[in-house]
Amino acid sequence: MDYFAQQLINGLVLGSIYGLIAIGYTMVYGIVGMINFAHGDVFMIGGFIALITFLILISLGLTAIPLILLVVLLVSMAITALYGWTIERIAYRPLRHSFRLAPMLSAIGMSFVLTNYSQVAQGARVKPIPPFITGGYTLHESTDGFVIQLSNIQIMVVVTTIVLLALFTWLVSKTRLGRDMRACEQDQTMAALLGVDVDRTISMTFVIGAALAAVAGLMYLLYYGLVDFFMGFVAGIKAFTAAVLGGIGSLPGAMLGGLAIGLIETFWSAYFSVEYKDVAAFSILIVVLIFMPTGLLGRPEVEKV
Amino acid sequence: MKAPSTHTAKTATGIPALLKTAFINALVALVLFSLMVGIRTEAGASGQLTYWTRFGDLASLVAAVFGGSIVIELLRQWIGPIGAEKLVPPAVRSGMSFLGRFVAPALLIFTLLVPVIFYNQRYILDLAILVLTYVMLGWGLNVVVGLAGLLDLGYVAFYAVGAYSYGLLATNFGWSFWICLPLAGILAAFWGVLLGFPVLRLRGDYLAIVTLAFGEIIRLVIINWQDLTGGPNGVSGIPRPSFFGIPLDNSDDGLAAKLGIEYSPTHRIIFLFYLILALALLTNWATIRLRRLPIGRAWEALREDEVACRALGINTTTTKLTAFATGAMFGGFAGAFFATRQGFISPESFTFQESALVLAIVVLGGMGSQLGVALAALAMIGGFELFRSLEGYRMLVFGMAMVLIMIWRPRGLIGHRAPTVYLTKAQAISSDLVKEGHG
Repeated sequence: MDYFAQQLINGLVLGSIYGLIAIGYTMVYGIVGMINFAHGDVFMIGGFIALITFLILISLGLTAIPLILLVVLLVSMAITALYGWTIERIAYRPLRHSFRLAPMLSAIGMSFVLTNYSQVAQGARVKPIPPFITGGYTLHESTDGFVIQLSNIQIMVVVTTIVLLALFTWLVSKTRLGRDMRACEQDQTMAALLGVDVDRTISMTFVIGAALAAVAGLMYLLYYGLVDFFMGFVAGIKAFTAAVLGGIGSLPGAMLGGLAIGLIETFWSAYFSVEYKDVAAFSILIVVLIFMPTGLLGRPEVEKV
Repeated sequence: MKAPSTHTAKTATGIPALLKTAFINALVALVLFSLMVGIRTEAGASGQLTYWTRFGDLASLVAAVFGGSIVIELLRQWIGPIGAEKLVPPAVRSGMSFLGRFVAPALLIFTLLVPVIFYNQRYILDLAILVLTYVMLGWGLNVVVGLAGLLDLGYVAFYAVGAYSYGLLATNFGWSFWICLPLAGILAAFWGVLLGFPVLRLRGDYLAIVTLAFGEIIRLVIINWQDLTGGPNGVSGIPRPSFFGIPLDNSDDGLAAKLGIEYSPTHRIIFLFYLILALALLTNWATIRLRRLPIGRAWEALREDEVACRALGINTTTTKLTAFATGAMFGGFAGAFFATRQGFISPESFTFQESALVLAIVVLGGMGSQLGVALAALAMIGGFELFRSLEGYRMLVFGMAMVLIMIWRPRGLIGHRAPTVYLTKAQAISSDLVKEGHG
């Protein structure tokens, strides 16, 4: 039971990270109708930028950890958001009215560009950082000595995710930008006729998605203590699985799907086999798409002739 | 009052506007590259991360973006928004299409003569074998993507199934290549159907992602099922192919001894060359024949419009399954050839990059054009070979090329489709006129 509770905590933390990435997929799919294959690599770039900012701040002699974290968060969000904007501008915008497979193929190309760009720029080796946030709480200690730990970093990941989600929900439901985004999702031509700047809205979608991916990258860096240039691929597919599981196009669905994938992966590793945890995640993707193509919270897609 | 100014801003972009755009682009580049390029991190000996600055590289990159955007902007103004295609006068184009009819036979004759011309150049022969392997893979995937319009991102899985089928059957049971080759094809086709069944209902992007997941699952299972596949160490000591039972070696039973000629290791290379050429031509021949059969017509109809297909009574289930199975079978053949050529296979050869490379060949070749796929494979593998010295930059350039091709010519470089049914005269259709439905 204690083991189960500990895995539950671990799974929820991992799921929060996947959920943050999944929001980027689901937003872009909702508005532009394409799978932003490069989104996993945007997450990776976010992790790298966070790492480099950390290094600079520490070598500058900063010691206040909350201040460092805040600066790193803002810098990596800002720069990664610019990456998202640039990618949309270069690789997707010219293809908006091209044939169906073009944006997907362009996104695959972009994913290769980003992966190899960071490999060339930062080297192929894994980059570890020393643990920044240490300590934690012991929730429960059983008689046989098994301890349920809740570390500070886990608390931070979950709290940051909740805060960001609240902010993001407010943005989508209450602001002008959110209204534009929802309008574009329903009907781009009509939205444009009613004075919505569609190009700008789509750009902002990519910017927000990339910023959330950057937060996920920072969380990943803090939680696992390392980044490498190839981490975006697998994380990206899993987050996409999360988005599909939650129902693509649905924002709460993305978060729910992320948590589900995080839990499934953690429990699978804990009770079955660590080697096959990725196989489990990918199999879920296939199974969900076959038996439940609309996901948990998605709307059924109407087939138009 | 405002209208003229916007008008001038749109058409006659003067030098200030040009500089402004370039400046903004350079500024964006500066922010993008500032940390990723300007600072280089590396884990030191004790695991502690260190960093050093590379402001010189950063400055030259930003300068390159500045210069590059000026050049692109100028080119855009000179050439105008007209695509490259419309610049070519019709007379030249009809001449090109006249010449185009001779490209395929000429290329085939040249390919047949390659071992004669480059008899002693092992490097060129090896490269030619590699190109032909990708031509075959491209033609195989072309059945799925080009003809049936099903975007398959996991094609490498069937390649892996073929390679491991031959590798394991040959090393464990000692079966000969010529028995294993059809078996590898059948097994791959079986896996194609197995994948095809569940994904029948999916379309477009979803299908792409599921096939990608399938390819990754196959690779992960190969890595982790160590008892059977040897895991990351792969399968080694795979027997070389024989000339229908006669080994191509230096022994007394060898082909060279039987023919009474002096043995040379080049014989095997040349044999492999003709083997893959024959396999590739078989793929091509089968595809061309299939396109004239009802099933091939059904594939192409499916690509253009699935809903109309169903309305016309075409069984989309069997149509999709046969497309998957046929494409997978050719992938399996190519895999068996790969295994026998290398003598060693490991999961590293079957990553997503391979799938993307084959897909890029098909897309670059114009999706559906057999000649286009062959030329694209030649260009792509040749290009990879040229950039071999720039190991790290190779995939970077590959990715950029993929994006640029999608922007510049989404229909591929040689994108035209020869219609299979016509009234009086076969007339090539410009790819711009072809529009896919959702499939």
